[in-house]
Amino acid sequence: MDYPIYEHDVLVIGAGGAGLRAAIEASAMGCRVGLVCKSLLGKAHTVMAEGGIAAALGNVDARDNWEVHFADTMRGGQYLNNWRMAEIHAKEAPERVRELEAWGAVFDRTKDGRILQRHFGGHKYPRLAHVGDRTGLEMIRTLQDHGIHQGIDVHMECTIIRLLKDGDRVVGAFGYYRERGQFVVFHAKAIVLATGGIGKAYKITSNSWEYTGDGHALAYEAGAELVDMEFVQFHPTGMVWPPSVRGILVTEGVRGEGGVLRNALGKRFMFDDIPEAYRNSTADNEEEGFLYVIGEKYQGRDARRPPELLTRDHVARCIVREIREGRGSPHGGVFLELQTFCDWLERRRPGLNKAEYIKKKLPSMYHQFKQLGGIDITKQPMEVGPTVHYIMGGVRVDGDTQMSTVPGLFAAGEVAGGLHGANRLGGNSLSDLLVFGKRAGEYAARFAKEHAAGQLPRDQIEETARWALSFIDHPQGDENPFQVQYDLQETMQNLVGIVRREEDMLRALEALERLRERYRRVRVVGNREYNPGWHTAMDLRNLLIVAEAITRSALERRESRGAQFREDYPNKSEEFGKVNIVVCKGPDGSMRVRREPIPEMPDYLKRVIEQNK
Amino acid sequence: MGKTIFRIWRGDKTGGQFREYQAEVSEGMVVLDVVHQIQATQAPDLACRWNCKAGKCGSCSAEINGQPRLMCMTRMDSLPPGPVTLEPMRAFPIIKDLVTDVSWNYRINKLIPPFKPRPPDFPDGTWRLAQEEVDRVQEFRKCIECFLCQNVCHVLRDHQMKEPPEIFGGPRFMIRVAALEMHPLDTVDRLPLLKDVLNIGLCNITKCCTEVCPEEIHITDNGIIPLKERVVDAYYDPLLWLARKVGNLLGLRKNKKIPLPTLQKNPTSEA
Ligand SMILES: Cc1cc2nc3c(=O)[nH]c(=O)nc-3n(C[C@H](O)[C@H](O)[C@H](O)COP(=O)(O)OP(=O)(O)OC[C@H]3O[C@@H](n4cnc5c(N)ncnc54)[C@H](O)[C@@H]3O)c2cc1C
Ligand code: SF4
Ligand code: SF4
Ligand code: FES
Repeated sequence: MDYPIYEHDVLVIGAGGAGLRAAIEASAMGCRVGLVCKSLLGKAHTVMAEGGIAAALGNVDARDNWEVHFADTMRGGQYLNNWRMAEIHAKEAPERVRELEAWGAVFDRTKDGRILQRHFGGHKYPRLAHVGDRTGLEMIRTLQDHGIHQGIDVHMECTIIRLLKDGDRVVGAFGYYRERGQFVVFHAKAIVLATGGIGKAYKITSNSWEYTGDGHALAYEAGAELVDMEFVQFHPTGMVWPPSVRGILVTEGVRGEGGVLRNALGKRFMFDDIPEAYRNSTADNEEEGFLYVIGEKYQGRDARRPPELLTRDHVARCIVREIREGRGSPHGGVFLELQTFCDWLERRRPGLNKAEYIKKKLPSMYHQFKQLGGIDITKQPMEVGPTVHYIMGGVRVDGDTQMSTVPGLFAAGEVAGGLHGANRLGGNSLSDLLVFGKRAGEYAARFAKEHAAGQLPRDQIEETARWALSFIDHPQGDENPFQVQYDLQETMQNLVGIVRREEDMLRALEALERLRERYRRVRVVGNREYNPGWHTAMDLRNLLIVAEAITRSALERRESRGAQFREDYPNKSEEFGKVNIVVCKGPDGSMRVRREPIPEMPDYLKRVIEQNK
Repeated sequence: MGKTIFRIWRGDKTGGQFREYQAEVSEGMVVLDVVHQIQATQAPDLACRWNCKAGKCGSCSAEINGQPRLMCMTRMDSLPPGPVTLEPMRAFPIIKDLVTDVSWNYRINKLIPPFKPRPPDFPDGTWRLAQEEVDRVQEFRKCIECFLCQNVCHVLRDHQMKEPPEIFGGPRFMIRVAALEMHPLDTVDRLPLLKDVLNIGLCNITKCCTEVCPEEIHITDNGIIPLKERVVDAYYDPLLWLARKVGNLLGLRKNKKIPLPTLQKNPTSEA
């Protein structure tokens, strides 16, 4: 075994918001920290986040506090959330945001000079701290520039393909450098997974090549449990035209700033279907909705939100309904436009420069549509449709410490499950990264201090190296890795998408079985140096695991709730409202599915929910 | 739009050449789509970087028909008809095909002393800042680190001033320093760093950097020129120079003298 070995107390896999925050914390606690990422530093998904970070700072509306944020998060997640995580998240997010400012982040300001907050779907008060529509960039750059002075060892363009175990516990990780293809071993006392999501399991997604569910699969293979995997968030508004940009995100900020959804007949269809749970908090006329957007009163009381800002699962389903029933836009989406709002605003503020107003509020959206779609959003409507955006499910962790069911293995950020339940509210991810990234770093550091380094398992290393190399010039190989990946995406998109049925999902399982066969025959041409074909081949293993976990969990949950809509079980069921679906690898290597009862919520949290009904 | 010939540079640090590929181009496609198509169907080992496909991450920089640009934001229908040439950024060492070794930039970044705010204005640890005060730094903070400006700056591209004794930080890091120096809360003095380590004096304001910036940051006008003025004021204006010295002696300036950092050797030169 002549691979280089790096020794760390804590190894963090993933350098998005969660990974960076974890690394900073562990290193501040005096640990030797290694940080590994598949791309260059600063390019992780977090960089793409647009809308903002949810935190009950109460800067714009002083009535906001952790209790309201907690209740909003639980309602959005349809009460399947890990309530302890939702509580910690709501309580600690404001501190994490202020800390970011102390590290140099420059948020947009209120008139009195504090951090400005904007409206977002499902949040009762304006709650999202933001920087125009490039909040993620601000966040990752701040963490990166803070972290590089802390003595963290960064391994860029390095992909982990296996977690190494000594008995029950993880003791390291094995991976390869993309540049030259050499293998590398990390020996660590504790490991934090912060690898993000799974979007590449679907054809239409806002996610990049990195999102192949690596962390989910690595944890699963190491014996950890995955929870809530059926809940895949379809963001209601992705670009639909031209075909090559299909899926790219149109931030919810557009609706937050007054954007209106219309069908091909020009009808604003979101007023037609407002769920019972949100009726009291949703406007029933245009005037009131727009007043909400600009934060003014309606008939002497607080204006209620426009229906476009209902939760993502609901808005996505309404859009699908319009398209299915033949009222879609020319390229198979619906229209999203800012003109109605701006005309209304102009009547209140004569002389308003509408085009400038939109450009200032949504600069990168303006840019994106202008450059990629040839559309001027200050004058023309956008065409939008649902796109796979986020996975609520992930590694099952302890709410306080973020440790998985495998000792020494922690998870934070999108790869961890629990906080968001059946549906995530916009803005609750960036805050999740900070709150639980910090906690994962802290508890991983504690774990590292309490435990000696384990023994590195040679057999696991050798086995994985053999597997990785088996694709290159595979003698019996006849499959192109890109084609297998494409077919997997097609399968998941068509059979385990927004609207699900048992028969489709059973077919999906069969299709995945055939894809697994084909994956074994994948052949990679070329050598190990920066070879995307080889990388895609190895990532396929992870996508196959994640796709199966999503499908099996979705089959098991025989109800419709949050992000999961089952045509064969269109209603919520009381029985399934009490359980999470958990999958893990069984002793025979096959995937096990079980229902895990949700623990009883303590009385003080129940009261908070009651008071915020 | 039909078929288009792509001439893509293939090779590694030992050398390489242009290879021709036929691509099927349809409405709305960007250059990166074509690269992906070629990768999926003709050259699975063609190396390129990308992440967001929306001009947000700065991974996909390359030279398209000789112009430094983001591949994901360059629409095929914006290019003149005929074959398209695609090659890696030239100011940085080649790794493979379209992928270059940009690690030098990360080492330069590490030389810049971190943000250090003045004490909070309020006991809850917060500050009050007007939007107008932060507008200016927000412009610089839009940078997506595509390094296209570094790639076109002749001081780096033609004169390769990247290692001691002659280093030029390059436009990207000039505006990073500008973002810190003009940050209303920051207290560190980075003028010595600008003058003696990042050698701002080597910039002769050709503005090539500003022209290629996909974020449309006014790198020269709003960043480099004001910084140059500050350096001149601090070091070459006798009165200010004296004030600075005396201020330092009396400990009036908030910031103590910082020892100037030196460029580290590339640590990831592989084990
Ligand atoms: C377009 C877009 C807009 C969004 N807008 C918002 C928003 O406004 N507000 C909000 O709250 N959320 C938003 N989200 C969601 C949010 O950005 C993500 O959920 C979040 O950034 C995920 O952060 P993370 O730290 O968990 O992972 P990431 O930032 O995705 O980082 C994952 C890291 O893991 C590394 N990695 C993965 N696999 C491996 C491996 N095998 N080996 C080594 N390294 C690996 C990657 O290289 C990367 O560094 C948005 C998402 C998208 C796509
Ligand atoms: S203006 Fe200065 S930094 Fe920019 S390209 Fe010219 S010499 Fe380089
Ligand atoms: S300043 Fe502009 S050109 Fe330079 S790295 Fe940043 S975004 Fe790219
Ligand atoms: S892929 Fe992110 S900028 Fe081009």
